[in-house]
Amino acid sequence: MKFLGLVWASLLRKRTRTLLTLLSIATAFLLFGFLDAVRVVFTQGSAQSGADRLITTSRVSFIQPLPLAYREQIKALPGVHTVAYANWFGGIYQDRRNFFANIAVSPEEYLAIHPEILLDEGVREAFLSRRAGALVGAELARKHGWAVGDRIPLQATLWPHKSGSSTWTFEIVGLMRARDERARKFENQMLFRYDYFDEGRQSGQGTAGWYIAKIREPAESARVALAIDALFRNSAAETRSQSEKEFNLAFARQFGDVGLIARAIMAAVYFTLLLVTGHTMAQGVRERTAELAVLKTLGFGNGLILRLVLAEALLMVVMGGCAGLALASATLPLFKTFGAQLPPLRIAAESWWAGVGVMLGLGLAVGLPPAVRAMRLGITEALAER
Amino acid sequence: MPATATPLIALRGVCKRYFRGQQSVDVLQGIDLDIEEGDFIALMGPSGSGKTTLLNLIGGLDQPTAGSVSVDGQRLEGLTSAELAAWRARNIGFIFQFYNLLPMLSARRNVELPLLLTSLSARERKHRALLALELVGLAARAQHKPAELSGGEEQRVAIARALVSDPRLLICDEPTGDLDRHTADEILSLLQVLNHRHGKTILMVTHDPKAAEYARRQIHLDKGVLAREADAGGGA
Repeated sequence: MKFLGLVWASLLRKRTRTLLTLLSIATAFLLFGFLDAVRVVFTQGSAQSGADRLITTSRVSFIQPLPLAYREQIKALPGVHTVAYANWFGGIYQDRRNFFANIAVSPEEYLAIHPEILLDEGVREAFLSRRAGALVGAELARKHGWAVGDRIPLQATLWPHKSGSSTWTFEIVGLMRARDERARKFENQMLFRYDYFDEGRQSGQGTAGWYIAKIREPAESARVALAIDALFRNSAAETRSQSEKEFNLAFARQFGDVGLIARAIMAAVYFTLLLVTGHTMAQGVRERTAELAVLKTLGFGNGLILRLVLAEALLMVVMGGCAGLALASATLPLFKTFGAQLPPLRIAAESWWAGVGVMLGLGLAVGLPPAVRAMRLGITEALAER
Repeated sequence: MPATATPLIALRGVCKRYFRGQQSVDVLQGIDLDIEEGDFIALMGPSGSGKTTLLNLIGGLDQPTAGSVSVDGQRLEGLTSAELAAWRARNIGFIFQFYNLLPMLSARRNVELPLLLTSLSARERKHRALLALELVGLAARAQHKPAELSGGEEQRVAIARALVSDPRLLICDEPTGDLDRHTADEILSLLQVLNHRHGKTILMVTHDPKAAEYARRQIHLDKGVLAREADAGGGA
């Protein structure tokens, strides 16, 4: 610790250069924070998903419908408690940019299977009794200024109304709130009744987009998933059953391998940062050749000089990196881009650890070459150059 | 100058050869020299005569090609780089022509640098650094950075840094080479006080005959060999 003042003073030797370098490091780690939060959401974002829920879709494609008759067959399997079904509606409210998930669901079973959806008293009953009723997430309602009792029109993109109109009208009967942070996605969704949807659409009656089966014992989920798929093997509509977590991951992957893209961008950023910071450090040490030689003359050993220069690089990278990650942590809650289907962006503990790891790696990578050079510096040659 | 049985510094057959590409240059050739404790030596000679090289060998900054360098009974040849660094920290105070202060540190923190290598507490380090600055008459400028000091003041800070760990030997390479006559005289007087009152052994390289007069003895080097030796006026 007694050398910290010396390390700190060395960093402040060229204040403007150090500040600019710190800013570039902070910016890189701000980007790291954003990208890693996205990566986490897209690769582990469904960790909040119920361990006791299985999703069954068509084996061919997520968008291929399954017969509604499957519901009773799945429900009859040992280990299955309740079965709900749902269909992606894909309606647009006023403008495509107002994207949010709007899903037709079998109301009673869906709410029973998802206890993390919190409803005010009487809302459940209202939803079950009104055919055009819809539940909207509290955050979604706030965003569009909706209130209970409002009638909202959605433009169908996939399912035109049998009347020939592309407009479907829903009545908001209540707001959905999340039981905890992990279920936050429901606050940005809209759910409406499947029977209203099935009767109103022009085609596809008697089918469902996917089934959600609540399993009695989570440990049984793998066995039950296999049993469901075995039930419909060699049928016209074969199924693919998976845990809700896997399903959500597959959904997220529709956007591409976001984890890989994020890593690729980060690698490019860090390579650039490595060059910039490495050059700054090397230049900083080159300029101090005589000073380092003086320290050696005073009795600072080679090992100590190596450690001092390394500490300087590490201190700079860790300071800039922590500032960037802290800024990312503070600003991420302002973004709700993926709120529809995935949990909100935030800097997870694993991102902090990964960030600190990258900081240490980067600090060593940019600090080691000049530190070794400083360590090998010949005193008499360095002083003679002065 | 007190006479002692064993000299503080003893050089025997010291040679130093440098290589410039394929060519070798013999900078020092068989130097034999004894310096007693409490002496104040002015090492003189033309450029390229080997003064600084000799100083570097005695200060443990370089190793001889042949011969032996012994300071206070410690043979320096054969010591590892780490051992030499530790030895320098304990035994030698260095004063350079261009002061070589660290520009981002205050005078007090520059003086404190050698003490960072000791186990002294921060408080004790600070106390000793201020004492050293007081000794050179710069206690009032302790918080000033080198850029805020005059050349003479900077050299005084450098002297305080050389003194702070209380070494027996001060090695000065052209300590007044960058100063005007008046300031140079002040610095040389200070070195003389350190020699006379505090018993510091001083080995000073200089081109300046007036500076050399402050020393007790003058040693002349020419083309890598000791040319002549003479008493100076500084012994009074």
